[in-house]
Amino acid sequence: MDDMYREIILDHYKNPSYKGELDPCDLSFEDENPLCGDQLKIYLRVNEEGIVTDARFNGHGCAISQAAADLVVESIIGKNVEDLKKMTKEDVLDLLGFNDLGPVRLKCALLSLKVLKGGIYGVKDAEE
Amino acid sequence: MAIVNILQDFPILNQVNKDGKRLCFLDSAATSQKPETVIESMNHYYRTMNANIHRGIYQIAEQATEAYEKSREKIQEFIHAGSSREIIFTRNTTESINLVANTWGKQNLKKGDLIILSEMEHHANLIPWQILASDKGISLEFIPVQENGQLNLSEYQRLLNLQPKLVCVSGMSNVLGTVPPVKQMAVDAHKAGALFLVDGAQMIPHRKVDVQDIDADFFAFSAHKMLGPTGIGALYGKEALLESMPPFLGGGDMISKVFLRSFTTNELPYKFEAGTPSIAEAIGFGAAIDYLNQIGMDAIWQHEVEITKYAIQELQKVPGLKIVGPTDGVRGSAVSFTLDYAHPHDVAQILDSEYICVRAGHHCAMPLHTRFSVPATTRASFYLYNTLDEVDRLKTGLEKVYHFFG
Repeated sequence: MDDMYREIILDHYKNPSYKGELDPCDLSFEDENPLCGDQLKIYLRVNEEGIVTDARFNGHGCAISQAAADLVVESIIGKNVEDLKKMTKEDVLDLLGFNDLGPVRLKCALLSLKVLKGGIYGVKDAEE
Repeated sequence: MAIVNILQDFPILNQVNKDGKRLCFLDSAATSQKPETVIESMNHYYRTMNANIHRGIYQIAEQATEAYEKSREKIQEFIHAGSSREIIFTRNTTESINLVANTWGKQNLKKGDLIILSEMEHHANLIPWQILASDKGISLEFIPVQENGQLNLSEYQRLLNLQPKLVCVSGMSNVLGTVPPVKQMAVDAHKAGALFLVDGAQMIPHRKVDVQDIDADFFAFSAHKMLGPTGIGALYGKEALLESMPPFLGGGDMISKVFLRSFTTNELPYKFEAGTPSIAEAIGFGAAIDYLNQIGMDAIWQHEVEITKYAIQELQKVPGLKIVGPTDGVRGSAVSFTLDYAHPHDVAQILDSEYICVRAGHHCAMPLHTRFSVPATTRASFYLYNTLDEVDRLKTGLEKVYHFFG
């Protein structure tokens, strides 16, 4: 548990660098995890080459989902949208510094990936 | 305290984690722990009399049938029903309510009819009526929940003027701990010409239930919240109503005569019990009732009143903690709260590291959380085996949450 709430997680939760809205933006996606009452929206600016030039997230949720969103958004700036399609569950766990998470908390950690992929593919389920 | 020294009856509650902390189980509103006698009663059935019930001619089949039916009689006595024919075994409260919606509801309700529910209903007492409403074009109205967690009963009176056919309310809220005055509400419903159904899932584990005194037409409950096993529950219904209702599921046991193109139904209560039931679980249900009777429902209620009062007093000392639900008066032992600096998931996770089990989320009552404008709450719920020390452990755990997030 103490591992789960390490300084880095708490820091990204309490003082997120990428929380807010982007107006205007090129793409925005929203989804929720109704079981937890978590809700997340991600905003992207993408240039003509398909590179993400800026990104933000907004919403509410637990420390794990919010810290993951901040880290995921930070990690996608400068990347090609095509590359984002290849992001995996392991990539998100790496960003968080977790080897593994229980099934319930995994949903929290992966909400931002679900929103991102849901937006890019126009589909909802991005867990596999 | 009204109850002492019963921890040894519950094997799981003596479990100790690697840090030497004893399991602190504060999630009995979700499911209760089981005493040794309940676990053993089911083992005993499987070890000595496992056989299908009702038609076997041999000895162990007769023993199994007798044990199964004995549980029905124990339930009848426990809720003070007039006859064991009025006790239908189901899987749980949810199935009991679905049974009423799919039989009485489909037979008696028509387009334009009205059902009254409350805003604090568990999804089990909401979704079956929503499904019925969209199938049959009937409408639903809701008794509002006030800021203090109590039902707005003057609004209930107004809704009764709309001539509802059925009123369905929880006997105790699984989130707020609110205890609506079901006896008076039933009188009012009957005066308005409506039937009255009680979702008794949260009420029956904690309070003495007398279905004839309440004058409930239907009373639905689950074994697993009252020390019994999962997979078994019951529906009480007034005999005349049950007689008039069409069967629910079709199959073995619910029939009297079967022809290739038709059948006649069995007598009550078997008319509503299709297929091989959960025999071991029904027997475990009976053992749970024996245990509750041995402690006494008055003592259990008294014990919980003391713990809940102490919990509300102590939890309010935690910085930023807000209790959602009544903080005084008659109330149940489910205590839900928010912390303005921490999400319920994080609260539950940190408490788990202290080997304390609480629930985080919407507790199958999403509209109620919407009503209070919170996405989720943390809930501690107490039962006869909980102690004041465990309330102290909970408070200390919440102080740790404050340390991390406050």
